[in-house]
Parts: sequence; structure tokens; C-alpha cells
Amino acid sequence: MDTMFHLQTLLIIAAGAIATYLTRVGGYIFITRMKRIPPRAEAALNAVPAAVLTTLVAPAAVTGGLDVSLTMAVAFFAGLRVSLLPMLGIGWIVVMTLRHLIG
Amino acid sequence: MTPATKDEVRDAFRRGIAVAIAAAPFAVLFGAVAVDNGLTIAETALMSATLYAGASQLVGVELFNHNVAPWLVVLSIFAVNFRHVLYSAAIAAHIRHLTFWQKATSLFLLTDPQFAETERRADAGIRVSYVWSMVLGLSVYVPWLCLTIVGGFLGNLIGDPKAIGIDVLLPIYFMGLVLGFRSRANWLPVVLASGAGSILAMHFVGSPWHVSLGALAGVVVAALMPLDGKESEVAIGKTAEGEA
Repeated sequence: MDTMFHLQTLLIIAAGAIATYLTRVGGYIFITRMKRIPPRAEAALNAVPAAVLTTLVAPAAVTGGLDVSLTMAVAFFAGLRVSLLPMLGIGWIVVMTLRHLIG
Repeated sequence: MTPATKDEVRDAFRRGIAVAIAAAPFAVLFGAVAVDNGLTIAETALMSATLYAGASQLVGVELFNHNVAPWLVVLSIFAVNFRHVLYSAAIAAHIRHLTFWQKATSLFLLTDPQFAETERRADAGIRVSYVWSMVLGLSVYVPWLCLTIVGGFLGNLIGDPKAIGIDVLLPIYFMGLVLGFRSRANWLPVVLASGAGSILAMHFVGSPWHVSLGALAGVVVAALMPLDGKESEVAIGKTAEGEA
């Protein structure tokens, strides 16, 4: 490790931190000034987490190779029944087993 | 301290530590992945200390590795954290009695579990005090920061993440979060639209645009779906389930 901080990384972290803080106070500031959010805007907002997070899953599951695709499929069904941590454990065991068997 | 305050501190600390234990693997995971993706341990710690939002930290670090334009990394962090807007709107009535600086500091610690616990306490008819909020928040924040640094040191020892299978942990973690939202209105059409949109965008436009284009597809579908007239109850009552 040559330096502790890189300028560009530092700026990204600072901007990300400010953006995050704005989301944490934004709703409070907004709602204490507004009476009602339009229903369609609220429906769109409500979909934001699932919509964003899905984009981090789907391409990885499809393009990551057979071992990753199979693991994601098993983890999906596990996720319907168990919580996050056991789901991670099951996924990890499956991918390690597959890699051991396939090579 | 009055006995009442002591009870508040004890209750908040107990709940906070439970959350910290559940989040511990993710803190270590974040630290390891961050260092693996080229961040220094100091940068990794700074990110945990100032952003303090697990999923978005993992997203941000993931994008660092793809040589994505800086503004897009920030926008992605913002997009993943956008749910906090709903949280702070939902708890507005419970924290209105706090002073300006009390609100400004306690909202910095607003996370998925912090939101859930605040809602639970207010539902039980107990006033949400500043002491309670800060003890709860800090007993998650401090372990999160420390374990991030531990993970960073472990990340330096870990060579190829594929060899020990941690490369699949992130996608599985995000899939778990997505599944945690499945009781929400329009969940399936949103997930299908975002999934298809992101795969198509990855193929035809390329990374990192698959994130914004795929998310846009899901959000547009949600806005165009027929309204069931219960949006506000869904938005406020169900957000906390299953989120790390």
C-alpha cells in the first residue's frame, strides 16, 4: 500500500456520503413540507430498492458461468424459505461443491 | 441517569448489538471486497464511517472495480440509498419533537434496522427519545466500522476471491434483499422488468449502464401499474422486512 488515500476515491466517497445523508434527511424535510405524495410517484419510489438491486443480480446470474448460475438458482429457492445469512451459507457451500466437482 | 433513561439505554443497546451481530458478516465482507477491489484500508474505513449504508457501500465498491465514471458511482450509491427518503418520511412524526441538531445527528444513523426499531417503538406507544436513538444507532455503527477494518485486513490476505467462493456472496446477498421486498406491491413485474432490462442493457449497452437502465425499467413499470389505493400503507408498513 503506497498511499492511504487517492484523490478520486476520496471525492467519490465524500460525494457518496453527502448523497446518502441527503436521502436520510430528505424524506423528513419533504414530508414535513408536503401534504401528499402523488400515488404514482409513491408507487415508483416504492419500487426503487427492488428495481435497483435486481440489476446487480440478474446479469451476474446469467453471465457468470454455469457454476454461478446454478448457485444463484439454488440460493433463490433457499431465499424463499430462509433468511439472508443461511441463504449466503447455502450459496457458498453449493458454489464450493460445484467448483470442486467441475474443476 | 434517571431509572427511565437507564432502561432506555439498556433497551437500545440490547437491540443495537443484536443488529450488529446480524450485520457483522456483511461488515467483514465489505471490508474484504473493498480491499480486493483496490481500495486502501483507510479508504474502506472512511467509507463505512461516512456513508454507513451496507448495500450501497458494496454497490459502490463493486463499481470501483469496473472503472465506472465517478458520477455514476455516486449516482448508484444515491439510487440504492433512495429508500431512506421513505424511511425518514415515515418516522417524521415520531422524531418531530427533537431539536434541529438532534434530528440532524440521529438521522445520520438511519439504516434499515434503525428505521424498523424506531417504527416498532412508536407503534408500542413509547416516545422515541434522542438518547434511545443514539444508543441504538451507535451500538450498530461502532461495530460496523471496526469489523469493516478487520475485513479490510483479511482482504489483504485473501488472494483470488473465486478460489474461496466469496465472489458469489455479493449477488446472493443482493438477491436476498430483493426477495425481502417480495410482499411489496408490483414486486414481481418490477423485478422481471429490471432483470430483463439489466440483462439487455448489459448485452447491448454494457456495464455499468445496466444498473441505471435496468432500474429505470422497473421503476417505470411500477409507475404505470394500476394503483390499488393502498400505496401509502405498503410503503410505510412493509419496508423494513428482510433488509439487512
